[in-house]
Amino acid sequence: MTRALPPLRPNKRLKLPTEAERRLTNGLTVIAIRRPAVPLVEVRLRVPFAKANLARAAMLSQTLFSGTAEMSNVELAAALQTVGGGLSASIDPDRLLVVGNGLASGLDRVLALLSDVLTGAAYPSEEVSTERDRLVDQIQVARSQPAHIARTALLKRRFGKHPYAVQTPEPAQVQAVRPAPLRVLHTERVHPADATLVLVGDLRPEKALDAAEAALGAWNGGGKDVSLPPVPPAEPGPVLLVDRPGSVQSSLRMALPAVPRTHPDHAALQLANLIFGGYFSSRWVENIREDKGYTYGPHSVVEHSVAGSTLLVAADVATEVTGPALLETNYELGRLAELAPKDDELDQARQYALGTLQLGMSTQAGLAGLAISYAGSGLRLRFLAEYALQLAEATRDDVAAAAARYLAPSKAVTVILGDADRMEPAVAALNPVERTAATDS
Amino acid sequence: MARTPKIPATKYPVERLTLDNGLRVVLSPDRSAPVIGVAVVYDVGIRSEPEGRTGFAHLFEHLMFQGSENLEKLAHFRHVQGAGGTFNGSTHLDYTDYFETLPAGALERTLFLEADRMRGPRLTEESLRNQVDVVKEEIRVNVLNRPYGGFPWLKLPPVMFDTFPNAHDGYGSFQDLESATVADAAEFFEHYYASGNAVLAVAGDVDVAEATELIKRHFGDVPARPAPRLPSFDEPDLTSERRESYIDRLAPLPAVAAGWRVPDPVGAFPDYLPYVALAEVLTDGDASRLVERLVLRDRTVTSVAGYLGFMGEPFEVRDPTAMLLQAHLPPGGDVDKVLRTIDEELDRIGAEGLAVGELARVQARMATHLLRDTDAVLNRALRMAVLEEQRGEPELLNELPRLIGEVTEEQVRAAAARLTPERRAGVEVVAGAGR
Repeated sequence: MTRALPPLRPNKRLKLPTEAERRLTNGLTVIAIRRPAVPLVEVRLRVPFAKANLARAAMLSQTLFSGTAEMSNVELAAALQTVGGGLSASIDPDRLLVVGNGLASGLDRVLALLSDVLTGAAYPSEEVSTERDRLVDQIQVARSQPAHIARTALLKRRFGKHPYAVQTPEPAQVQAVRPAPLRVLHTERVHPADATLVLVGDLRPEKALDAAEAALGAWNGGGKDVSLPPVPPAEPGPVLLVDRPGSVQSSLRMALPAVPRTHPDHAALQLANLIFGGYFSSRWVENIREDKGYTYGPHSVVEHSVAGSTLLVAADVATEVTGPALLETNYELGRLAELAPKDDELDQARQYALGTLQLGMSTQAGLAGLAISYAGSGLRLRFLAEYALQLAEATRDDVAAAAARYLAPSKAVTVILGDADRMEPAVAALNPVERTAATDS
Repeated sequence: MARTPKIPATKYPVERLTLDNGLRVVLSPDRSAPVIGVAVVYDVGIRSEPEGRTGFAHLFEHLMFQGSENLEKLAHFRHVQGAGGTFNGSTHLDYTDYFETLPAGALERTLFLEADRMRGPRLTEESLRNQVDVVKEEIRVNVLNRPYGGFPWLKLPPVMFDTFPNAHDGYGSFQDLESATVADAAEFFEHYYASGNAVLAVAGDVDVAEATELIKRHFGDVPARPAPRLPSFDEPDLTSERRESYIDRLAPLPAVAAGWRVPDPVGAFPDYLPYVALAEVLTDGDASRLVERLVLRDRTVTSVAGYLGFMGEPFEVRDPTAMLLQAHLPPGGDVDKVLRTIDEELDRIGAEGLAVGELARVQARMATHLLRDTDAVLNRALRMAVLEEQRGEPELLNELPRLIGEVTEEQVRAAAARLTPERRAGVEVVAGAGR
């Protein structure tokens, strides 16, 4: 080194934004967070939706904004645009999520239109029919994407009979959905009880709460309280080879155990995951990408769902190195599960975790995303301070223990999508395998 | 209909300076969060790579992360992430960017890292071979192993353009990538990665005086090299329609993309802006012309999108470029019919203009998109760096919502009237899955 690397200045203290919260009489929790950096507001609404019929739930999210008694889908969209706004809905096995944003000056209008939809979505038959065909096409396209096929196979393998096992409906199931059951599903499940609305942006929190109460206070309470059973323990078993003849890459996917944000091991597991493969400067990425050139974008991440958390490992590798890539992946998992990480590795991962917390909080959209996913775990933004402390205090022993508990390769459920004839001999040399066709997974 | 709100504006401060070695610097302080975005943009992109070396600009971008004068391989990544930040780089038609976003305390370290590779990356045979392998996997995952790979950004340019810079595959052929040498890389660096060809932008929690001092300390002794002459990539506009199709063996459903040349985004900016608005009038949400007609009424497409520039970045591209429309069709969909309907809708705008309030609501939504995009300090640094690089006008970022808001209905009509079938280049994806 002829020139020395400049030192870092210590991070500034984590500063939480001003916020206010109110639970309305109909059960809706409203959280308003002030970050006036740009004259916009972000909107997130989370409605619990566990155990809803998969095809109907998917269609409901696709047609929620297809019209009310007073407004068509086009009129709704135009009215939102007029205040620079937009809203859209999506579904997963835990919740219905509405995501939107608009000019801060249009907040009242966006909330009023959201209320119109929540209390009066009409599911008009013409529009439902259009969206049904679109959804079928979307599913067909998704099913041609390796990332989707591999994820579908992994979920099925990992979750067995649990509702998390299948997250995309069959086209035929979607084709069978009619408007009437959508209206019934809406009546039964689109309710404020246990729902959370998050507003972030150039707003006065108390005033925003008043606006939300004025717009959504009359949204009907009631509804069923539905919860999912906890996810079953993983049954690792043989490596599942999902055959996609002619594939020029193999999509390697693994599911490992993990814990929710509220668990005492959470911070240590996050650090262990970073050291393994959770960021670019991890052992696994440096190994299979920067040393060996097997892959472009390997990643590993803890996904939190209501009924359980999962550590997901993913890499798309050239077909001819499928076996070697699996070998290195098992090696890096095993190395961390068996041997404590070095201090400098831990410090680097810790700095990354703490720094990216500050980055995640620095935009309106980032704060909104954090606040709504925390709400899904029953947490508030103030948990950030607690989490930062846990990250700062986790010791080498804590991280080693978490790695031993969660990253052991013997606990991995492993699926590889690719040309099975070409990859099977190499993979079978390392692990027992079984095969399935892509269409059966 | 509700009253259209006033289009808001940002007032991000902009400080500009040029170092003695020609490096241009843009600073935009914002103390509202303790984070910074740092961007270095070089005025070289896909259009500048030599014939026989397709994909080289992108491959070279990878090599800029493989160590530099004072940094071993892997050091850059570790120093950025070990400071609590994230990094990346990306290669575009007209520029290549390198960027980091981190807690504010990492400013000096980040400047050091960028200055070090501006003085010279470590170009070794080992790193080159390793990154050729990585780039091949990138191309497989994004193009070869998935349906609609490279559609339309790699598929439409060769239909619309005739010259190598505009028409060739920017990801590159495996043959060209494998033929690349360390000597090629050294020459590419020498020619294009000159201090005079670069812009450094820093946005976020910085003190201007202190940041200026640190920038001079770390970049001041980067050897001065002038910017190479920027060639014109201009080509004549089409005078008759061009249409091609290809079979995508992985695609389950047909798709089509169409493009029309638009005015010079830099040299004829006022003439260009109406097309940016038109793309949104046509495709932004359920209340847009083409979604309403093609998706919701006719059901001839399942989705439609419209945007400026092959990489969808209206204010970061130079001439020649295009306005693009792309649509995915249902099984057995009729591409000709879709194109005819698009023509019809464009004619209708040209002949009848827009509905009352139609343009205003689209302009309001565009303001939200623009403001939202640059709420992150990193995006602000990136946009300002490119605006400085291509226009010498980083403060234009603050003006864009207003300028979009000032586009008139008459201008949008005139733009729509220019998108005729004779000037159109189209490419059709024939669904090959299951054949």
